[in-house]
Amino acid sequence: MAKKLPKVDVVIVGVGWGGGIIASELTKQGLTVVGLERGKERKTEDYFMVHDELRYALRYEMMQDLSKETITFRSKTSVRALPMRSYGSFLIGTGLGGSGVHWNGQTFRFLPYDFEIRSKTVERYGEKKIPDGMTIQDWGITYEQLEPYFDKFEKTAGIAGEENPLGGKRSSPYPVPPMKSTPSMKMFAEATKKKSLHPYMMPSANLSQAYTNPDGVARAACQYCGYCERFGCEYGAKADPVVTVIPVAKKTGKFEIRTHSHVRRILHTGKKATGVLYTDVTTGEEIEQPADIVVMTSYVFSNTRLLLMSNLGKPYDPATGKGVIGKNYAYQVIRGGAVGFFDNKEFNNYAGAGALGICLDDFNGDNFDHKDLNFIHGANISLSQTGQRPIANNKVPEGTPSWGKEFKAASIKYANRILSVGAQGACMPYRHHFLDLDPTYKDAFGDPLMRITFDFEEQDRQLAAYCADKCGEIVKEMGAAEKLEINRKLGPYDITPYQSTHNTGGVIMGTSPDTSAVNNYLQMWDAENVFVVGASAFPHNSGYNPTGTMGALSYRAAEGILKYRQSGGGLLV
Amino acid sequence: MLAQSNERHEQPVSRRNFLKNTGMVLGGLVVGGVAGSLLRKPEAPQQPGATPAPTADYNQALMYFSPEQFKVVEAACERIFPEDEIGPGAKTLGAAYFIDHQLAGDWGFNARDYMQGPFFPGEATQGYQGRLKRREIFDIGIQELNNYSNSTQQKRFHELAAEQQDAVLKAFETDEVKLTTISASAFFKMLRASTLEGVYSDPLYGGNKNMDGWKMKNYPGNQMAYTQVIEKDEFVKMAPLSLRDHQH
Repeated sequence: MAKKLPKVDVVIVGVGWGGGIIASELTKQGLTVVGLERGKERKTEDYFMVHDELRYALRYEMMQDLSKETITFRSKTSVRALPMRSYGSFLIGTGLGGSGVHWNGQTFRFLPYDFEIRSKTVERYGEKKIPDGMTIQDWGITYEQLEPYFDKFEKTAGIAGEENPLGGKRSSPYPVPPMKSTPSMKMFAEATKKKSLHPYMMPSANLSQAYTNPDGVARAACQYCGYCERFGCEYGAKADPVVTVIPVAKKTGKFEIRTHSHVRRILHTGKKATGVLYTDVTTGEEIEQPADIVVMTSYVFSNTRLLLMSNLGKPYDPATGKGVIGKNYAYQVIRGGAVGFFDNKEFNNYAGAGALGICLDDFNGDNFDHKDLNFIHGANISLSQTGQRPIANNKVPEGTPSWGKEFKAASIKYANRILSVGAQGACMPYRHHFLDLDPTYKDAFGDPLMRITFDFEEQDRQLAAYCADKCGEIVKEMGAAEKLEINRKLGPYDITPYQSTHNTGGVIMGTSPDTSAVNNYLQMWDAENVFVVGASAFPHNSGYNPTGTMGALSYRAAEGILKYRQSGGGLLV
Repeated sequence: MLAQSNERHEQPVSRRNFLKNTGMVLGGLVVGGVAGSLLRKPEAPQQPGATPAPTADYNQALMYFSPEQFKVVEAACERIFPEDEIGPGAKTLGAAYFIDHQLAGDWGFNARDYMQGPFFPGEATQGYQGRLKRREIFDIGIQELNNYSNSTQQKRFHELAAEQQDAVLKAFETDEVKLTTISASAFFKMLRASTLEGVYSDPLYGGNKNMDGWKMKNYPGNQMAYTQVIEKDEFVKMAPLSLRDHQH
């Protein structure tokens, strides 16, 4: 029998960006909030020895321990799903701050097109443009409606940037000026302007100068040390939940964080949740935490899995297309790109920051004509300087052996003579791409693992090849590259090489309970006092990093929860 | 020193001085105590990048391999990353010690990998699906390198000439060697990857001896800040720092 604790106003499952934002907004309004975090406490002091590529980047210091829980994967339903035994394609965060601690900080707003993707695609190209099986749908919210929440997230995090000439309209400029520009970024800017494209500095959560946010949190500027992605920031210069929203919630005295607390079920009767059941992983004790409102703020997989394990919401069935939990799993098409090898110029590639870069959206969203193309959407194309670390940075020109004397000479020669222009491709959902519970493999508690059924489609291959060519043209225009390699080919989806930790969908938002799991406040249609916050709400993934949009949606959800609390119940939409 | 250049040396910023000089005052809410913990020790900062006087390297002993296994691994690493006119190879850099030490710990035991059954062969896109741990794969791989060398050249791997060793490694890389328990190419891939880790990881792990791997590549190691470098047109070389420089 589980130990039952006294009821609280709100319980939050997972304390990363989503959980931190919800906690700060609700506690500021006087609600009592308990945050349950399965991982450990994290603080800036932890990163004293953080410049350690082996420990953090290759041994995944900050990531979920896969021996306890992983996912299973198959390309299609006729294949047996097998566990992801080691990390590869994406990295799942854990601990206070979640994946918001080890991110790079590239903080975009999705395009107005994204939120109305189905209507706008049909309007411009007709119904036939959407291939059979592609399940794109409008999000139930427009960019204009979401704009104030983007603004709020950017001000809280202190995003450094300049206006995207092809982006949605902004109510105010970025709160912090753009980061410094490196020689290679200047080359990109010149080359793309010459081609009449529209480059702009990548919006960055690495502070370009000291900044105090509207909550009174002051942080120092980024030092361009080159250790962002997969690492925590020892300066607090990279915005993460631990140095922004969590301290604000804590200061109210209304927020209690319980680490090492792994939530295993949402408890519910009728159409309402009553609380959550969790295991204290240090003692094995099972504990029930009753609450008026349950907010799920974990990563895509945990949000979806917990709903399915709790029998909350209608599970998605790919055979009929009915049901919603697990629907529209999408990813990122990240293979298209171009690499220039410069024999006569060296760059300080070892220096950088996670979101230091320059990019353009001329080939993203519907910013270009798709009439004669066999795909929709596109990619943000960028040159970024995140800091090349020596174990992972051993690229050699095609045809060079991958070991031995020639490899050694080429890998050392080109370590600081390579520039890459990459495309971060959007990923459309399909009826047969989904998440469900694996029938065979279990986690450390004996609960079923999340099963991913996903592969790249012709849409993705066409998109990757098109954008790779655009990247190639830019590198060519940047000049002086003795060797240019264009990676046009997108193979089948492979779980082994790292691509991107931009998994989306599973608990998607929309206008109707028939086609979506949550409304535009991320409130569950089937359980009015449950809110499911995260990129799990994205009906598709855009050609951008997801955190900016996920942060905006979190503020929107916080507002919805307060409204729900004040109105005394019912669906908000 | 390999990384010496005629260019002006950037004076590496000591972490304590950096934080003092920036006068990082955290107004409003306190966002973490890294400044406090760093300013804790008042002793004078040591010479940046100073190399300690040579002493016996107590790290160079074996935690996992037998001496015979070690010889094979050391010889193979050296062929993957050989000594040449650019600088030292994997052997001098201690890559084989690095691998030995890694196999003795979490990584060798696949401690943070999902190793529960049932085990089924999968598609290549589903990743490794075997039940063997990395240390067991190394045990088998080393034995098979010797077996193949013996059957083709009547010698153990480490006794072969460099070109013969290359031919053996090539046969593993291309799966020309057919093994039943493990994949020869997957073993080779692991050997190659861990050799590069041994060459370029922080010296605290036993490889990249004297930071010479970094020096060859002009990698500055663990520096606190590149704010003075980031906008520079010319390439800036600097003497590398290791995590040890942070601790002492």
